[in-house]
Amino acid sequence: MNFKLIWRIIAYILLIEAGLMMPGLGISLVRHESAASAAFLKSIAIILAVSGILLLITRHYRKGRFYSREGLLTTGLTWIMMSALGCLPFYLSKAIPSYVDAMFEMVSGFTTTGSSILPEVESMAHGLLFWRSFSHWIGGMGVLVFLLAIVSLGGKGEGFTLHILKAESPGPAVGKMVPRMKDTAKILYLIYFGLTVLNILFLVIGGMPMFEAVCTAMGTAGTGGFGVKNDSMASYSPYLQNVTTVFMFLFSVNFSIYYMILLRQFKAAFGDEELRLFLVMIFASIALIAWNVSPLYKSMEETIRHSAFTVGTVMSTTGYATTDFDLWPPFSKAILLFLMMVGACAGSTGGGMKQVRLLLLWKSLRRNLHKSLHPTEVRSVIVNGRAMDEDILSNTNAYLIAYVIIVIGSVLVLSLDGFDFETNFSAVMATFNNIGPGFHAVGPTCNFAAYSNLSKIVMIADMLAGRLEIYPILILISKSTWKKAR
Amino acid sequence: MKILVAGAGKVGRAVTRELTEEGHDITLIDMNRKVLEDVMSKYDVITLAGNGAAMTTLKEAGIEDIDVFIAATNADEVNLLSCVTAKALNPKIHTIARIRDPEYVEQAYSMQNVFEMSLVVNPERSAANEIARLLKYPGFLKREAFAKAKVEIVELRIGHHSQLANVQLSKLSQKTRCQVLVCAVIRDGRSIMPDGSFVMKEGDRIFVTGAPDQLHDMLTHIGVINMPVSHAVIMGGGRISYYLAEELHKSHITSTIIEMDEEKCRQLSAALPYATIINADISDRSVLESEDIRDYDAVISLTGMDELNIVTSMYAHAHNVPQIVTKLGRGDESELLDSMPIGSIVCPKDLCTMHIVRYVRAMQAKKGAAKTIHRIADGYAEAIEFEVDEDTLHIGEELRTMKTKKDVLIVSIIHGSTPEIPNGSSSYQKGDTVVVVTSKDNMILQLNDIFES
Repeated sequence: MNFKLIWRIIAYILLIEAGLMMPGLGISLVRHESAASAAFLKSIAIILAVSGILLLITRHYRKGRFYSREGLLTTGLTWIMMSALGCLPFYLSKAIPSYVDAMFEMVSGFTTTGSSILPEVESMAHGLLFWRSFSHWIGGMGVLVFLLAIVSLGGKGEGFTLHILKAESPGPAVGKMVPRMKDTAKILYLIYFGLTVLNILFLVIGGMPMFEAVCTAMGTAGTGGFGVKNDSMASYSPYLQNVTTVFMFLFSVNFSIYYMILLRQFKAAFGDEELRLFLVMIFASIALIAWNVSPLYKSMEETIRHSAFTVGTVMSTTGYATTDFDLWPPFSKAILLFLMMVGACAGSTGGGMKQVRLLLLWKSLRRNLHKSLHPTEVRSVIVNGRAMDEDILSNTNAYLIAYVIIVIGSVLVLSLDGFDFETNFSAVMATFNNIGPGFHAVGPTCNFAAYSNLSKIVMIADMLAGRLEIYPILILISKSTWKKAR
Repeated sequence: MKILVAGAGKVGRAVTRELTEEGHDITLIDMNRKVLEDVMSKYDVITLAGNGAAMTTLKEAGIEDIDVFIAATNADEVNLLSCVTAKALNPKIHTIARIRDPEYVEQAYSMQNVFEMSLVVNPERSAANEIARLLKYPGFLKREAFAKAKVEIVELRIGHHSQLANVQLSKLSQKTRCQVLVCAVIRDGRSIMPDGSFVMKEGDRIFVTGAPDQLHDMLTHIGVINMPVSHAVIMGGGRISYYLAEELHKSHITSTIIEMDEEKCRQLSAALPYATIINADISDRSVLESEDIRDYDAVISLTGMDELNIVTSMYAHAHNVPQIVTKLGRGDESELLDSMPIGSIVCPKDLCTMHIVRYVRAMQAKKGAAKTIHRIADGYAEAIEFEVDEDTLHIGEELRTMKTKKDVLIVSIIHGSTPEIPNGSSSYQKGDTVVVVTSKDNMILQLNDIFES
């Protein structure tokens, strides 16, 4: 294991993190929020100091020798370090007095979960509110991808950076869009940035104040869900809610689809099987839920608006709310729970198991069924006209198993705190799939503060495992990672 | 530039590595996904699983925007077909194909435009030519020719009791009574660009430039006596062996080929009536003994197995064969082999790669491009030949006044047909040829690139 190079990359990431705190510091200074400004300054100083020490220790690092396991470990450690230090402004400003709570909030931010332990946010300093929302935007596309976009880690044309892209970007088969990693990362960030700016524009046109528009758009872009209002999106106008619905869907589409559209490869873009499945699921869920909840709302418009928004918020794993969907009938809640598990498309900023995995699982199930009828049959699983690699299929199966085991384990630990099953199960679902609110005691109008520290730490791990797709976090607790090979 | 490479074999990978390092955007096509995965994790490229000769695959790879297409699959026929297809899809494209089957070689060159190939490379024939040149004037581990062989860079090992051991470079001309210059040294696996105060030690490998007659005089003056080769034994009867036997026959060297496959032996004996073909397995020690390789003055190991080649060459060394050549297909372990007595190392893949790199660089530079490029010092340095034209800077100025980049050395200036080892007061004129040695970190496309900007 090339630890020196790994820690060096983390040191670079921390430098970037210190830079990313600057806007929050600026807002706090402009608004004369003295506690928050001081906390930001102290946090930046601490982060720079840690980064400096790491740079000093790793100055004799070896290039090369960076393989898949180094990529996974780098990603896992980076996210933990970033969260552990990124939560300092909340902790030092006493906005969140407990360190575990602050860490929970920060991890929830970076992993674009949006689960909060705060009962209300409107009294919070604006600088801190901005940092909370900004963390969604940073975590959405991934900070390591950002690093890949601005520096050439690989030196002269080396390809090891692919392991980082694979570990940080969601999806079973992550690849490059263009030959150069740097260009690929740039394209991803340009699309991301462009869509975010567009979202801000639409919100501002609808009369939302600039600060709220920026924060809301960043929460939507990262599919995070931290709001700046206590009632999330409920008090905004129907126009603003609908804009957010549309953008939540846009940000949960695979970004390579946008690149294909930019290249005018419309046939390939709209023929994508994952996109089609995603669209079918959206419209089917909205229709079923609207039919199921129509008695609760006055008008047809309101029914569809809330159904669409809620389907959007759950499928994109954002976590904003316009209505308390905890009060909906069981059938609708069951659909939502299913959507929570599936989540968004691979290669988007959304979480969950990903649409394409559902597609692969479904198709391999059908294949195996066929095979039991014709035992000697040879049949490939075909997605988008290409036979899928058997490795990808078996990895997808393994992913599902890991997913189930983590859910069961987490529910067991959370149950120690004495809440009912619906609360515990939905809390795990909401954090592990990076959604935000769950049902019942962790529903859209409630928060996660009541859980014990142990449960919170489990949920922190769940959020990270969900965002990074399990392996980068699992590798951290694997013995062979830390063992020196002899 | 955007470059599409079909085939992720030895040449395909080597070309991919070199060209990504030079800053080009590479797409690599191969049928085998496992190989592609591996390439992707090593080099900054994008890959595509498919058949490089198929129109659908080429279209998927975006052939319309590609500048250079390199066909390096293991089948000549596929390479030919893919060049034709690529050219039909994109008339502006430059195509490079590897053609190595002796049966196709003639038509590949004479019908180059029928098959729409801008460049044909044949690693095996390049390797055979290189070996033939080494045998013609033995004594050097490697020799690279520049300016129509008016200047050469040769590689020498400072052996046991060598008269060059412990000699300071500034005293070299005095010692050897020749006009030669040491332009690079490999010591303990590391490359050094030496200056006048550098002292050579036993075990060093030095890279010396000069006119061929001067270099030969140097050998005699330092007491290395080399008889011209007259009988060579070639281990293995592959394509290189065929080309080499043909080449050696032209310079009146008789060759014996030992090949274990009987069918191959029959084909060779039909194609090479002047060579002795022996059907035996050289991994069997008794074969080498019964053939008595001590009778030969050159042993050339060209089998398909690198390990066998290395062992055979070491065996030849132990039996005091004066000239030994070892072919390495992979050629990645040069540091490890540095201390092994296996004579000259020839790596067909590298020869072919440099050929392609030179073509791509010439496309980039358009004017004033390099005429020859050779990797020396185990790939740490490049020797490049340029012609001085009207755009070249500092014409007629003394070398000592010029500011060149770090690790750049002008090692030879050829005025008309007289080569000169330059010193501080030398200068070049329009029409002269200049040979430059540079470390691999510098990117030298034109002669003007050597100057500090």
